[in-house]
Amino acid sequence: MLELKNITKQFGSRTIIKDLNLTVKDGEILSIVGPSGAGKTTLLRCITGLEKVNAGEFLVDGKAFDPYTNRSNDSVIGVVFQNFELFPNLTVMQNITLAPTMVLKQSANEAQEQAQVLLDRLDLTDQADQYPFQLSGGQKQRVAIARALAMKPNVLCYDEPTSALDPNLREEVEKLILGLKADGMTQIVVTHDLTFAENIADDMFKVETNKTK
Amino acid sequence: MHYILEILPSLLSGAGMTLKIFIWTLIGSLPLGLVVGLGLMSNIKPLQWLLNFYVWLMRGTPLLLQLIFVFYGLPLIGIVFPRYYAALFAFILNYAAYFAEIFRGGLQSIDSGQYESARVLRLSYVQTIRKIVIPQVIKIVLPSVGNEVINLVKDSSLVYVIGLGDLLRAGNVATARDVTLVPLVLVAVIYLLLTAVTTFILGRIEKHYSSWK
Ligand SMILES: Nc1ncnc2c1ncn2[C@@H]1O[C@H](COP(=O)(O)OP(=O)(O)OP(=O)(O)O)[C@@H](O)[C@H]1O
Ligand SMILES: [Mg+2]
Repeated sequence: MLELKNITKQFGSRTIIKDLNLTVKDGEILSIVGPSGAGKTTLLRCITGLEKVNAGEFLVDGKAFDPYTNRSNDSVIGVVFQNFELFPNLTVMQNITLAPTMVLKQSANEAQEQAQVLLDRLDLTDQADQYPFQLSGGQKQRVAIARALAMKPNVLCYDEPTSALDPNLREEVEKLILGLKADGMTQIVVTHDLTFAENIADDMFKVETNKTK
Repeated sequence: MHYILEILPSLLSGAGMTLKIFIWTLIGSLPLGLVVGLGLMSNIKPLQWLLNFYVWLMRGTPLLLQLIFVFYGLPLIGIVFPRYYAALFAFILNYAAYFAEIFRGGLQSIDSGQYESARVLRLSYVQTIRKIVIPQVIKIVLPSVGNEVINLVKDSSLVYVIGLGDLLRAGNVATARDVTLVPLVLVAVIYLLLTAVTTFILGRIEKHYSSWK
């Protein structure tokens, strides 16, 4: 379980997020929705440790942790970026095994076997030796998911997972996210697509534009 | 023909000196240029000023002046380099400044998303630079670095001025002694060979980096 308590985030004198509380239960999907500019991406960047919060705390299974400085191998937050941010100089297999070998110190064999399971699971069996530029948008997204999952995260976060894809792929993404839920994955999905959010979410969190900005 | 065979050994030994300067300058200035390039991008203001000053000084004054300064100037204040090391010292400092500027451009074109996705995978700064940034930067800067490398083949002839026995000096000595154009023509042919081989090797490296985009 991931809990956010009284999170506040400012850029200079502008308060984007104020005293925000939210809880993500294990194995559930939380959708974060709200109008453009409300601070959805900013909130996700705080959760994933890419922005430093000004106040408040994060708890994973009741234990406090700071995503901004977190270096431990427990309480890991995985991220699937809006435009995936695969490493163009590495093959699909290398994209997935890089962090497990360098950070988790897995052996090359161990990392590859684990990556192969993820590739098969995500319907990427034939893509292992391809480079990102050779993949379709949907395939890139699944590689990004596999890369995040290889680090065994407690929570997997997505920023606008449907925005960089063909609109008729939306249903595929829904299936994918619900499939991962069936595997027991806890997920946070930022989106401005309400129908999409309703189709996948156990819980919805609305971010309002902060009037005191 | 007989004459050519007679002067060839001295030309080849001159070419050996040219090659030695060429290779050691590359070995010294490429890594140094990369480090300076990274330093130019750092947030530490005094470091930035210092490195910018260095790059400005090296690129704003002639290499010939720098050579003369190191070999004839510095001894006046008690710093004496042997000829060969004076040449290497001046060449490495000069070329590192050009490479630093090229690397800075390359580093700037790496999207911040690449650093962020490395960060959420918890790769360290050094791992990120080595595995993700450097390969992408190399691919981007290869054409400009290649130009400088070809220039270096020819620039190495500037060591003439401090009395080092390079290819050009060998040819010039033979021409003056035997009053014939043949040595200078041979010198030109050898330079052409050197640049041709360098171009070929650069082409192979570019090909190596063409498997991904
Ligand atoms: N690095 C930053 N520095 C200053 N202001 C920022 C920064 N990042 C975001 N903001 C501001 O924070 C506010 C929230 O931006 P954010 O990207 O979180 O919105 P969003 O809800 O994700 O919008 P969208 O639906 O368009 O993606 C915006 O007003 C934006 O200008
Ligand atoms: Mg956003």
